[in-house]
Amino acid sequence: MALEVVSEQPLNEQIVLDAVQASVHRLFGEYGASKANLKLTKTIPEKRQFVIRCSHKELDHVRAAIASTTMINGKNGAIQVLGVSGTLKALSKKTQNI
Amino acid sequence: MKRFADLHLRVPLEDPSKAESMIQKASALGYNLVGIPLSPHATREQISQLRHICSEAKVDLATRVNFSPRTPNELLHSLRRLRRKFEIVAVRCHTKDVARQAAKDRRVDLLQFSVTNLRKRFFDEAEAELASQALSSLEIELAPILQLTSFSRVRLLSSLRREVATAERFKVPITLSSGATDEHFMRGPRDYAALTTLFDMSMSSALRALSETPWVTVERNRKKLSADYVAPGVHVVGRKTGD
Repeated sequence: MALEVVSEQPLNEQIVLDAVQASVHRLFGEYGASKANLKLTKTIPEKRQFVIRCSHKELDHVRAAIASTTMINGKNGAIQVLGVSGTLKALSKKTQNI
Repeated sequence: MKRFADLHLRVPLEDPSKAESMIQKASALGYNLVGIPLSPHATREQISQLRHICSEAKVDLATRVNFSPRTPNELLHSLRRLRRKFEIVAVRCHTKDVARQAAKDRRVDLLQFSVTNLRKRFFDEAEAELASQALSSLEIELAPILQLTSFSRVRLLSSLRREVATAERFKVPITLSSGATDEHFMRGPRDYAALTTLFDMSMSSALRALSETPWVTVERNRKKLSADYVAPGVHVVGRKTGD
């Protein structure tokens, strides 16, 4: 899943992954977070774009959690999903930038 | 390719630059149509200015008015006065009487209920039955789900889950809109569709509620507001020119 982060503060991959994980945890609890199996795969910090992988069975839940993110590292921010795909190659074709 | 619509983008009309950036963001997020609520006394200049901003952002504009009547009579009076001025008419129902009147009136497009006071959400089976026989659809705003926290969000999701099930049982169309007042709460249509899984709406129904349902409402009203419309099923197909 390719993400673009809208936030005024400087970002790194850990901050973004923490924000996504916190959202999943807040909405679906520890059980849901354990099923989501989130991992950060790729980062383009200058474009504020990140690629994360998650369990395909939990895609809708992870996407809902990402959409519900309104705070990143204690400040206002939002995360937009640029594209979703099963492989990095298809994802880069889909989103063109990544 | 789906055409997505956000029928409730609450842009600040007093701040043209912010309005412009919100409309541009809606276009960038993949919306083809935005419904912007206007004051009942909106001037033609204001509307044409908004149309200009929307055409520059390559997004279609649907003019919308929100009514918050206190009595059914006040609702009827507002509908008589303003129905033909706006493409979308939404009614925020604060009392059960108003909710029932709005549900059965074919001039009402969208039924809205309070997101903070859940005792004022009157979308029950009786309301759904009335709405299913008219043309109104249940409008669910998604920005409040992002804004509310902890227990108030839990209670809202619980109400929405019940209302969506009722609407689907009575075949009342559901329209999803953002209700965003700020860019910060704007999301793409597929992200909003994913959010609806929180109240057990299927992705296909959610995508329909963000595309076909709002477009059908707007196109039906545009036909009715056109000069060629005579009555349901009757419209002018040509006019004889002078000589």
